[in-house]
Amino acid sequence: MHFSLSNEMMREVIMDHYQNPRNKREESDSSYQTVYMDSTSCIDKIYIQVKIENNVFSDVCWHGNGCAISTASTSIMTELLKGKTVDEGNKIIDNYYAMIHEKPYDPDLLEEAVVFMNTNRQPSRIKCATISFRGVRRILGGSEDDE
Amino acid sequence: MDFEKLRNDFPMITNHPELVYFDNAATTFKPKCVIDAEMEYYNNYCANTHRGDYDIAYQADVKFDESRKIIANFINAEKKEIVFTSGDSMSLNQVAYGLMNRLEKDDEILVSLVEHASCLLPWYRVCEIKGCKIKFIPVNAQGEITVDNLLKVISNKTKIVSIAHISNVLGAINDIKSLVKIAHDYKAIFVCDGAQSVPHMKIDVKDLDVDFLTFSGHKCYGPTGIGVLYGKYHLLKDMEPLCLGGGMNATFDVACNVKYLDSPEKFESGTQNIAGVVGLAKAIEYLNNIGMNNIFEYEKELKRYLIEKISVLNNIKIYNPDNKTGIVAFNINDVFAQDAATLFNHYHICVRSGEHCAKLIHNLLNVDATVRVSVCFYNTKKEIDYFIDVCKKGGDFLDAFFA
Repeated sequence: MHFSLSNEMMREVIMDHYQNPRNKREESDSSYQTVYMDSTSCIDKIYIQVKIENNVFSDVCWHGNGCAISTASTSIMTELLKGKTVDEGNKIIDNYYAMIHEKPYDPDLLEEAVVFMNTNRQPSRIKCATISFRGVRRILGGSEDDE
Repeated sequence: MDFEKLRNDFPMITNHPELVYFDNAATTFKPKCVIDAEMEYYNNYCANTHRGDYDIAYQADVKFDESRKIIANFINAEKKEIVFTSGDSMSLNQVAYGLMNRLEKDDEILVSLVEHASCLLPWYRVCEIKGCKIKFIPVNAQGEITVDNLLKVISNKTKIVSIAHISNVLGAINDIKSLVKIAHDYKAIFVCDGAQSVPHMKIDVKDLDVDFLTFSGHKCYGPTGIGVLYGKYHLLKDMEPLCLGGGMNATFDVACNVKYLDSPEKFESGTQNIAGVVGLAKAIEYLNNIGMNNIFEYEKELKRYLIEKISVLNNIKIYNPDNKTGIVAFNINDVFAQDAATLFNHYHICVRSGEHCAKLIHNLLNVDATVRVSVCFYNTKKEIDYFIDVCKKGGDFLDAFFA
C-alpha cells in the first residue's frame, strides 16, 4: 500500500488529522486510564485516555496541545487502536516503532499511520511521531522504549 | 570594528558555513582562543589547584588566580567577590539556599512572571522550607519590570528581590540601578540574574549596586560547566555554602567542629572546573578586545534590522518588537512553534521553540509557545535576509518532514 503513497498524499493526511483531530475529547469517566505525556525536549502536552474492556480497546481518546506531527500521529493512533485487542494493539505499536526506525514492518497493520514513514529523516521529530504510542505503552505497563 | 571578520575566529562557523545559528540566548559558539586555552591546560599544566608543591601545580594556581582577576575586572568587582560555580543555575541555587538563614516565616521574596525557572524554583523551595511568600512584580507590555510596578508590591516584609537583568524570552532590559535603589530603601537584598545581559552589554556591579549577580560561562562564548556568582563581600562572608568538602574548610575535628575558609574558597569545595575557568577568562579577554559597548550597539542594530524586515511580513506575530537586545519572540500564524522551528532547521537555521524555561510568561502573552531568535555579534544582516525568506515559507511547514 505504501508504494502508491505520494508525499503529497501523506502531507494531506497529516494536515487533515492536524486540523481535524479525531477522538479529541476529555473523558471524566473513571473507567478510562489516563496518561499525561510531556517531555523536556518538546512542548507537547498530550493526555491519552484508554478504556479497555474484555482485553479490547473499547475506546481511545486524547486531549491537549501539540505540534502537527504529534497531533496527527495521536489522532491516527486513536483510530488505529480503537476496537483492537490489547495483543493486536501491542503488535501495531511494535510495527510502528519498526517503521519509525527503518526496520522491517507490516504496512497493512499500520493503515494511515504509514504517513510517518519518513520521520527518520527528521530525527528531532521521532519523539513527536511516537508520543501517543509511547503513552499507550505506558498505560499497558510495557516498555516505552521505541527502539 | 569589523564584525564580519570575527566570524573567522569561530570554528563552528568556519566548519559549518551553511549554518545560521540564531540560538545564542541558549548557548554561544566558542572562539578558537577559548578552545585553545582549555586545551593548553590539559596539554601543558594539568594539575590540581591549591597543591602548589611542584611547578605545574603552581602554574595552575597562578592561571586560576589570574582568571578570577580577569573575570572580576570585567564586571568591576573584587577578586574575592567572584565565586565559581557550575553555571548560572548553580549560582542562583547557592544564593537562595545560602540566604535561607536570614529568612523567617511570612517574609516575602519578589520575583516576576517573566523569570527563568532557575530564578524561580530555588525560591519556591526556600519559601516551602521557611514559610516565606513569593510575590510577583507585575511586568508591562514590553515585559519590563518598572519602578512603579516594583513599588506596588514591595513592603517591609520584602527580604529579597530576585529578577533577571534581561528576560530570556522577551529581551527587555530592566533598569536594575533604579530597582536596586528601591529594594535597598526597604532593606531587601537584590539578586540579579545576568545570564542574558553579561554577554551582551557592559556590566558594572558597583554602579548597579546589585547585591548578587549571577551568570553562565557558556552564554559568554566560554566553556560549558562554568558559571559565576558575584556577591558583595560582606554578604558572601555571612552566606552559608551549599556544598561542603575539600578546599573550602580551614579546620575540622572529631567533635564535628568545622571552620570554613573565607569567600570565595568557602563556596568552592572539591576540585574546580580549572579548564572551564581558564577558558572563561580567555572568552572575557576576547570580549574585552571587541569592547562590550561595541557589541551592544552592533547587536542592537542587528535586532533593529531584523524587526524592520520581519515587520513587513503579514504572516508573523512578534511579541517584543521594541526591546533593544538581540532576542525576538514570535510565531508564524497558524503554525505551532515547534513545527516552525523544524521548518527553519530544514534550511539550516537554528532557532528555539517552546516555553524557554519561563513557563509563566506564556500566561502573559496568551500563547502556549513561541519561536525565539537570538542574534549576537557574529551574526550578519545577510543571515537575517535569508531567515526572512524562510519565514515567508511558513505555510509550507511540513516541507521539512517530506524533504
